[in-house]
Amino acid sequence: MTSALPLIAFKHVSKSFDGGRIHAVDDVSLEVAEGEFLAIVGSSGSGKTTLMRLANRLIAPDAGHIAIAGEDVAQVDPITLRRRIGYVFQSGGLFPHMSIKDNIGITPRLLGTPAKEIAARVDELLDLVRLDRKQHRDRFPHELSGGERQRVGVARALAAKPRIVLMDEPFGALDPLTRDALGDDYRALHRKLKLTTIMITHDMTEAILLADRIAVMRSGKLVAEGTPAQLSESNDPYVGELLGTPRRQAERLQILLPKDGATPQGGAT
Amino acid sequence: MSLFSDPRWSDALGHLPDYLGSHVRVSLAALALGLIISLPLAVIARYRPVLRGALLGIASIVQTVPGLALLALFYPLLLALAALSLQYLGVGFSAFGFLPAVLALALYSMLPVLRNTITGLNGVDPALIEAAQGVGMTPRQSLTMVELPLALPVIMAGIRTSAVWVIGTATLSTPIGQTSLGNYIFAGLQTQNWVLVIFGCVAAAVLALAVDQLLALIETGIRLRSRSRTAIGVLGIAVLVIVTLAPSFARSGTRIVVGAKTFTEQYVLAALMSQRLQAAGLPATTRQGLGSSVIYDALTSGDIDVYVDYSGTLWANQFHRSEILPREQLLTELKTTLAKANITLFGELGFANAYALVMPRAKAQALGIRTAADLAALSGTMTIAGDYEFFSRPEWAGLKTAYGLSFRTQRTMQPDFMYAAVASGEVDVIAGYTSDGLIAKYDLVVLDDPKHAIPPYDAIMLLAPKRAGDEKLRSALQPLLGRIDLTLMREANLRAAGNDATSSPESVARWMWKKIGK
Repeated sequence: MTSALPLIAFKHVSKSFDGGRIHAVDDVSLEVAEGEFLAIVGSSGSGKTTLMRLANRLIAPDAGHIAIAGEDVAQVDPITLRRRIGYVFQSGGLFPHMSIKDNIGITPRLLGTPAKEIAARVDELLDLVRLDRKQHRDRFPHELSGGERQRVGVARALAAKPRIVLMDEPFGALDPLTRDALGDDYRALHRKLKLTTIMITHDMTEAILLADRIAVMRSGKLVAEGTPAQLSESNDPYVGELLGTPRRQAERLQILLPKDGATPQGGAT
Repeated sequence: MSLFSDPRWSDALGHLPDYLGSHVRVSLAALALGLIISLPLAVIARYRPVLRGALLGIASIVQTVPGLALLALFYPLLLALAALSLQYLGVGFSAFGFLPAVLALALYSMLPVLRNTITGLNGVDPALIEAAQGVGMTPRQSLTMVELPLALPVIMAGIRTSAVWVIGTATLSTPIGQTSLGNYIFAGLQTQNWVLVIFGCVAAAVLALAVDQLLALIETGIRLRSRSRTAIGVLGIAVLVIVTLAPSFARSGTRIVVGAKTFTEQYVLAALMSQRLQAAGLPATTRQGLGSSVIYDALTSGDIDVYVDYSGTLWANQFHRSEILPREQLLTELKTTLAKANITLFGELGFANAYALVMPRAKAQALGIRTAADLAALSGTMTIAGDYEFFSRPEWAGLKTAYGLSFRTQRTMQPDFMYAAVASGEVDVIAGYTSDGLIAKYDLVVLDDPKHAIPPYDAIMLLAPKRAGDEKLRSALQPLLGRIDLTLMREANLRAAGNDATSSPESVARWMWKKIGK
């Protein structure tokens, strides 16, 4: 899945906090090809969120460069940059005082899109994330379930038709069934819309099931990267540890579930 | 007579449109000004701890200054500013009434708004501020589209607290010349008309509650995202503003304003003058409860047109003269001095209201005291009471040195209470007023002042510069000059100090005119 020019490229990027005492990201180089779905896996404090925030300039690196489509992001106006990149926040990050349609339409509104076009786009996006237009459009975030809110979060990220979507533990707070359904739905959207996605997660199983490629971070350093198959060949003890859980789960499931039975597919959100 | 058929209620009600209107205008103007200043300050200060600390500190200190003192301070401040502006810019403005009241109240309103705006903004979930950045908002858009709307319920709660404070404190703007619901309270307190005091308190409380509830409606409307609630609240405030603005549009600018200081005699004389002016077909109104130094400046600047002052007060307090002249000579000198300020000393009313040492007749006789000089030997064991200003006035210094007086204790009292206090023996001597009707009522005696330590205090009518040549006004007020003797004034004051239906300044003024007109 590698093309000639990576869409997103981190080159020797470092970022520290608290006056250099905490090295959140330590000399990381990473490339993401156009159309790729990359998962960054690591425990909390591994620097994965910091790395992603650097991509849309929510924070600035101390050293190194980040390029998007070959262009150094430091040269781009951060506001323009962020409006071009979709961002899905951990627990939705929806604005509680705005209706669902206002939340979804916020970035087009900031870009000065006419109200009529925004309304049409909002309906299109509600269809896309499989929410009922009439039922959800005028409601407020607190009236929705966690899964519905995260679907709105995805719709909002896609509103301005970005090529790149950044997701910060998007499904972390959801129950397993909802999480599975949402993951599958997003994976389908990623393909259909030809997106390039970086997703942060601490859950290796989720990463294996959704991503094309996985980057493993620990204490600010990139310890391994590759497809799930490549990772399983890795000799790195930490990577082995991370892969242990899904392996054990798979074995247990093999034993506990009838061999030819279909894995349950959750349709609920 | 039942409580509500008392004519004082209808008297009070008659003033309501004017008092309430002025009260609402000054309160809302102050609140609006306070908001315009505090909201941006709070936004700027929220990420700057030093500035935030300084602002909240200053606002808290302002809160600890008593409301009346804060209002009183703004008057001389603006007076100086107005003089400077007139000198350098050629434009003067009135330092009286509305302006100082609005500025002082606006300052007073700032603390809750500042504090709640900062608290509200800092209380916004950081994840949402990051989301605002993430969707591509500029810092300004994040503030107006996300942070302020989310902080609004907390900010509104601050505005409500502010509104209640300002409406309550605005009652204290009466002494600096701003008509307010405080006019009822000050007039009622001075004339012991408790009906008026209660009326003023209740009216101010009802107004504060009404505004608070309208703001609460807006607040819950915002919180519950109910447009109708917010709209009703906003509409309510708008109606209040329009209704109270209406009378001020109807008021003509040519109205003659009669000033009155803060005691009963002044209220009665102001009512008498305004009744005479109205009888002559001139539109007249009264501005009551003005402080002693405020009223003279108000006349100079034309904010009021006519009032009654006392020769000795002007001589000693206004012109800082310490020499004691014989009565006639003092009046002539005063007339010249006043003419320099373009103020017309129209004439004397016929009585004097001087400070005098007063004590119960029986006690004076028993101790053999007839004059202030007789007090000297006994004063070390005695207690004296005076009004709020007496002990800082030059007369008191003069009396002490002239007769060698040194009292054991000095007490300051509300004038109307000190007569009762001396009659009951709670204090031994009071610095009373010679024209006070209570002297006769409590069988008190005025001690002689053989050394003339206290200057003469002839009641004199003063006209503002712009009314100097107003013949209609002159001829309407002329019949009062020289016609009010001490006996008449004392009886009028006694009537006005009563607490029944015939004791309102207006009724007493009508009674006086019957006596004078005979």
